[in-house]
Amino acid sequence: MKAKSFLCKAVALYTDGFRSMTVGRKLWALIIIKLIVFFAILKVFFFPDILSSDYNTDSERAKAVREALTSPSPNIQQNLNSLNI
Amino acid sequence: MNELASLVDWSRAQFALTAMYHWLFVPLTIGLSVIVAIMETIYVRTGQERWKGITKFWMTLFGINFACGVATGLILEFEFGTNWSNYSWFVGDIFGAPLAIEGILAFFMEATFIAVMFFGWNKVSRGFHLASSWLTALGVSLSALWILVANSWMQYPVGCEFDPAQMRNVMTDFFAVALSPVAVNKFFHAVFSGWCLAGVFVIGVSSWLMWRRRNIDAAKSSMRVGAWVGMAGILLTLWTGHGSAVQVARVQPMKLAAMEGLYQGSVGQSLVGVGILKPEASRTPDYPMAFSIEIPKGLSYLIYSEGNKFVPGINDLIEGITINAEGDTVHSLSYADKIAIGKTAQQALREYSAAYEAGDKSAMDTAAAIVKENFRYFGYGYLPSPQAAVPNVDLTFYSFRIMVMAGGYLLALFVLVLFLCYRRTEVLEKAWLCWLGMISVAVVWVCSQSGWVLAEAGRQPWVIQDLMPVTAGISGIPASSVQLTFWIFAFIFTALLIAEISIMLRYISSASKTNIEKHSL
Repeated sequence: MKAKSFLCKAVALYTDGFRSMTVGRKLWALIIIKLIVFFAILKVFFFPDILSSDYNTDSERAKAVREALTSPSPNIQQNLNSLNI
Repeated sequence: MNELASLVDWSRAQFALTAMYHWLFVPLTIGLSVIVAIMETIYVRTGQERWKGITKFWMTLFGINFACGVATGLILEFEFGTNWSNYSWFVGDIFGAPLAIEGILAFFMEATFIAVMFFGWNKVSRGFHLASSWLTALGVSLSALWILVANSWMQYPVGCEFDPAQMRNVMTDFFAVALSPVAVNKFFHAVFSGWCLAGVFVIGVSSWLMWRRRNIDAAKSSMRVGAWVGMAGILLTLWTGHGSAVQVARVQPMKLAAMEGLYQGSVGQSLVGVGILKPEASRTPDYPMAFSIEIPKGLSYLIYSEGNKFVPGINDLIEGITINAEGDTVHSLSYADKIAIGKTAQQALREYSAAYEAGDKSAMDTAAAIVKENFRYFGYGYLPSPQAAVPNVDLTFYSFRIMVMAGGYLLALFVLVLFLCYRRTEVLEKAWLCWLGMISVAVVWVCSQSGWVLAEAGRQPWVIQDLMPVTAGISGIPASSVQLTFWIFAFIFTALLIAEISIMLRYISSASKTNIEKHSL
């Protein structure tokens, strides 16, 4: 009974709070737009997790990274000098 | 510009852009949460309703900043998976564990107690509300802790062991990672700098209120709290900053040498207070400065608390002349030696790979042993020359000086404001002082950003100190795609910043037209 009462109070806290928001409405709109842009657009279309999407198992991913780190392409080795790091 | 240079540069620029934008919001969230909690504590202790109104005013500004800043850090994680996939895999669970803890513990802690903070007025007891405000402040700082632990590991990789089969660093000692001296120091330095930044923000906004002759009493009361928190913040930031310099000397001596524009070190090394570096082409190891005002023996004293110790310069470090943990000068491995060791480790890893493919267990064990023995300098194997291990000296040198000079200015500002708050409160309303307060808001952000530029530019070329340079951590993707997303981010984050400033200014303007102190109902 007590737990139910606490739960009702907690729900009321949120519902009343959301209802009485003023500046908060704009902020929630901003947060929702931001999350949609980040997760539904940027993450999906521009930021794939390369290793997760290109390889099926951890062992394949490890192999890919091992190859990348031990056999950098000749182009990379030649061009390292030109980097201004 | 060739394809790799372009890819690395654009990827670094993108990461820098997103990290710097993210850091515009974070320190204000950290510091303002503490200021709001202090204001509410004053309200609860004194029972004065005006403090409730003042608390609510600043709490709303905290909420605006929190909403604009929340999730901006997620972009950095997107970039790890796409632009830095080799790095991302190589760090393994060392990066994953702290970030997971951040997500689970701190985020939910913040989310719960922030709701009580904003929605719980008159619904929960004063004590519970106050506790929620303090727990929000704690949660915000804890969020910062885990990402700073991860960053510190990149600067000082400890508590791990490389597994060539998984091609990952495996965490062997969680506490060595979480409580490394670099991580602890970096955490407190970042958090205290947030207090300092928020203190200036409160002074700046209060100055605007006084300049517009609105809510002057509330502005003065707020300014007093802001100035005290700022003063505590700047003093603790200076203290932890000193701790950072000592750590840098120990674990990243090349960064320290670049910070000082020091090419040839000496016993009783002076500290450059103010200086201008010569153009790189005309810079000589003995005379790298076009102009400088130096504090004799200052650097030796700063690092070792002893004026006659040797501090190695860039050329010394390349030659292998360095200092040990006791601060004694020692001849260690030159960078050429380290490059050779790194190449040995990489060759052994190739052999491990071949043995792995062939299923030759004995050859795998032999190769793994060689990798393990030489892994400490694994990343040097990618460097084409010892000079490639030197960061951009100009950027490191000037960002350090901008940070220190701005920090000195802020200390003077807090002293002045506190003096006026208690002795000459009428002077606080003078237009020149109001403008000084408002302009200082820009100064504190420049200071805060310079600190990160120093930390990150100074550790180049390493994405993980000594283990992986940025050129090896990068993914094999077209530079043009990174360039495109760079501009997308530049647009999105600028829009977010404009939105934040716009919402904040509108709120400050509209709220200030009413009596802030009466907002307590």
